[in-house]
Amino acid sequence: MTAIFYISAAIAVVATFLTITRVNVVHSLLYFICSLLATGVMFFVLGATFVAALVVIINAGAIMVLFVFVIMMLNVGPQSADQERARLRPHVWIGPGLLSLLLLIELVYSLGRYHTGVTSGQTVGPQQVGTALFGPYLLAVELASMLLLAGLLGAYHLGRGVMTFMDRKP
Amino acid sequence: MATIPVETGFIIAGLLFLLGLIGVLVRRNIIYILLAIEIMLNAAGLAFVVAGAHWEQPDGQVMYFFVLTMAAAEVAVGLSLVLQMYHKFNTLDANLINRMRG
Repeated sequence: MTAIFYISAAIAVVATFLTITRVNVVHSLLYFICSLLATGVMFFVLGATFVAALVVIINAGAIMVLFVFVIMMLNVGPQSADQERARLRPHVWIGPGLLSLLLLIELVYSLGRYHTGVTSGQTVGPQQVGTALFGPYLLAVELASMLLLAGLLGAYHLGRGVMTFMDRKP
Repeated sequence: MATIPVETGFIIAGLLFLLGLIGVLVRRNIIYILLAIEIMLNAAGLAFVVAGAHWEQPDGQVMYFFVLTMAAAEVAVGLSLVLQMYHKFNTLDANLINRMRG
């Protein structure tokens, strides 16, 4: 099972790298869905089965479908890919890439000095998560529902005038 | 189930987070920026789950649940803002917005 964790971690990192380097936004989305599924396998192997199901259903399912809908509505053509390719020159990404690499080296160095131990390998199932959610975290769950309501109202308000415009476009 | 060193899990989460950070800094298409923010949120959630698996407590999964809720609300509002932006400026380029009387 440990080998499965490392293989899916490698898949997640490679797919995420491909996500941020592709010029076609649909290809990026598919690579990101692949990365999310690999993360789900990592969660399952770590024993977090409830979250593994959640990441497949909500993250790779619902949120990515939202992205696909918006890309279909915007109808970005091949000229968008050319524009992206023109913007993705080395002098654009070399600065942020090097600085982020330095940050990663610092992180690896500072984490490498500790030996906290290993993950338990025990499954923490949906029942324990549910008991925690509706026990000590009850107030946070209520706040999360209010956040979702605010998101719903905000999306409705912002997206109201757009549909008529989309119909007018040829 | 797998037993991996906790630091290894954190390093994988940090790697994914930094890839998302590079995405935000490098790409100028607003949809890519939203995707990269999703990558960063997911990486932070992975760190929570690894820590929760180490102590064998459900709190890490509970935190991932809240991260997921926040990501869903953020994506809904962010994508409607993208639609408004395309409606007003007819472009997805974040750099062009301030040039057009934005």
